[in-house]
Amino acid sequence: MFRLEPRAVTPVWITAVTPLLAVLATMIAGGILFALLGKDPFETIRVIFVAPLGDPYSRTEMLIKAAPLVLIALGLSFGFRAGIWNIGAEGQYVMGALAGGAVGLAFWNVEGAWLLPLMALAGMAGGCLWALIPAFLKVRFNANEILVSLMLVYVATLFLSAMVSGPLRDPAGFNFPQSRLLHESARLPIVLEGTRVHVGVLVALIAVVVAQIVLTRHLFGFNVRLLGQAPRAAAFAGVNAKRLTVVLLGLSGALAGLAGIFEVTGPIGQLQPSLPVGYGFTAIIVAFLGRLNPVGILLAGMVMALTYIGGETAQFSLGIPAAAISVFQGLLLFFLLAVDLLTRYRVVPAKRSGV
Amino acid sequence: MKLQGIMAAAVLAAGLGAAAQAQDPVKVGFIYVGPVGDFGWSYQHDQGRLAVEEAFGDQVETTFVESVPEGADAERVLRQMAQSGYDLIFTTSFGYMNQTVNVAKQFPDVKFEHATGYLRADNLATYSSRFYEGRYVIGKIAGAMTESNVIGYIGSYPIPEVIRGINAAYLGAKSVNPDVQFRVVWSNTWFNPALEGDAAKTLIEQGADILMQHTDSTAPMTIAEELGIHAFGQASDMGGFGPNAQLTGIMDDWDPYYIERVQAVIDGTWESTDTWGGIDTGMVEFAPFSDKIPPEVLADAVAAKDAIAAGELHPFTGPINRQDGSPWLAEGEVADDGTLLGMNFYVEGIEGVIPQ
Repeated sequence: MFRLEPRAVTPVWITAVTPLLAVLATMIAGGILFALLGKDPFETIRVIFVAPLGDPYSRTEMLIKAAPLVLIALGLSFGFRAGIWNIGAEGQYVMGALAGGAVGLAFWNVEGAWLLPLMALAGMAGGCLWALIPAFLKVRFNANEILVSLMLVYVATLFLSAMVSGPLRDPAGFNFPQSRLLHESARLPIVLEGTRVHVGVLVALIAVVVAQIVLTRHLFGFNVRLLGQAPRAAAFAGVNAKRLTVVLLGLSGALAGLAGIFEVTGPIGQLQPSLPVGYGFTAIIVAFLGRLNPVGILLAGMVMALTYIGGETAQFSLGIPAAAISVFQGLLLFFLLAVDLLTRYRVVPAKRSGV
Repeated sequence: MKLQGIMAAAVLAAGLGAAAQAQDPVKVGFIYVGPVGDFGWSYQHDQGRLAVEEAFGDQVETTFVESVPEGADAERVLRQMAQSGYDLIFTTSFGYMNQTVNVAKQFPDVKFEHATGYLRADNLATYSSRFYEGRYVIGKIAGAMTESNVIGYIGSYPIPEVIRGINAAYLGAKSVNPDVQFRVVWSNTWFNPALEGDAAKTLIEQGADILMQHTDSTAPMTIAEELGIHAFGQASDMGGFGPNAQLTGIMDDWDPYYIERVQAVIDGTWESTDTWGGIDTGMVEFAPFSDKIPPEVLADAVAAKDAIAAGELHPFTGPINRQDGSPWLAEGEVADDGTLLGMNFYVEGIEGVIPQ
């Protein structure tokens, strides 16, 4: 009946329309799902997709939820463009949180404006060093960075558990595995009074702008794209693939570590075993959803955050099960990727064949 | 358009007026760490919520949010609930402590109750159960029934609550079987069926013929059933997943507590309290005892249960030494709640180290 024909050129309007098409398809499929659960489909979709946008507090919460996703996804997107697959951002996030948090705890109750920058640096260093392990193993022994970085997530998570059950445990906390609450000087300043929007959100926004400039206007961005699309050409152009691998893994690790320390010094305020909640993995989706483009990543991060926040409200105000919310999020991703097909292929009527 | 808007506003106003005339229902919210379908911890809290609905009918309106991560997300969910006019909010996992404290500060008119925590405020109460009392009783059954003398124990996190349970179960088992050994696997999760199932298999391979768990999924029970050994359920009656395997189980029964607290809000007598209820309060219940338990073993277990409920027996009664052999409780001495709440050591006889 129909067949797919690769597009030589993707018209701009297709790129703009396809995400909207995906959202529409998600609403229809999700609406059917919610109707089958016996809920009002229109009301449910309004609560998930529209209501948080109209509520000032929910809007600020979207920024808070999106900030770590965007920071991590930005770092990953550079690597992904160059064909370097860091799947272990979750572990780098944890190590960043741990390294930065440990500095904060070492200077517990010491006041000073220098403390937060120091913690942020330690966080970036922690994430960066953790990512340099797969980088070193890749350039030295050609070990697969997907496997190594992923495995190190579990090491990092267990290491965090060990630290907050041992050396970093709150001495006045009944032996519960968590650190002290960080003191005032070790907490990110709040940008908007009465909300939880912290300085980390601003940093994430600045990072989007910087990433966009580097990617489009700087030789580094060009080399990254070249390495991903034409490794041989890159070699001829004098791009040192090994060095770029190390730099890109280190960069994504540092940004994941920064996201980690921002969570600890921002909304959470202490080290605890339940710190990893999957931001490192969700950020992979965000990176691809944003088509590895910094501005796209910002939008994708906001959309993900929106469905989380709307989903929570839908749970308690309409009694929608958490699993149905997850399915709804899955539908959104599915349709977003499915319509991607339309940007690369066009649908044409099948020719009658003689056979 | 404008007319429609005015009409909508009028309808809304009329609706609000009608609601205000009737007795305003007390709005009660719950936040769960796992899915309500875990058939363990969160499931039992949700049973408590349903019991509240049953008991009060139109006088209450309840809701819940499930699978809320312990961290930044919990504070947002709590705040949204508090903002939406809920009068009483139960946060049912330890990891919500600081978030509950923060939000309770911002909403002084909303009443909060945090399970298993230790920080309180004028509008923030805490509650928990003395599960260790139940674990002492099932320890007696396990100690008497094991043939390999190895009991497998699936721990979640090495926190006092869990360590206390292991110690109590071990003391119960040792009281009837001096040769009994405990093998503990730390899963570092409250709910992860695949991981808990693997832990169960590992323990069985190491010779355990009876399993205990302090995690919430039914996976260990299912494995025990498949491999033809015995196990004890956790939090809820898991007999449906192990009709032959389950000997009994420690059930968390939050119904009486939740009903009492909601009643207090309706009566206007709610106060911030610290509740730690045991078998005597009905907060610790047992799943039906299996007919596979020999009659004399059952009689002994039931006697222990009744003695604990009557206050005649405390599972932690000296002489008890710490794992390293140093004395903890002298002959006849009973552990104080402070030490129990912060317990971070094994009693003498348990092998292995607590990860820390």
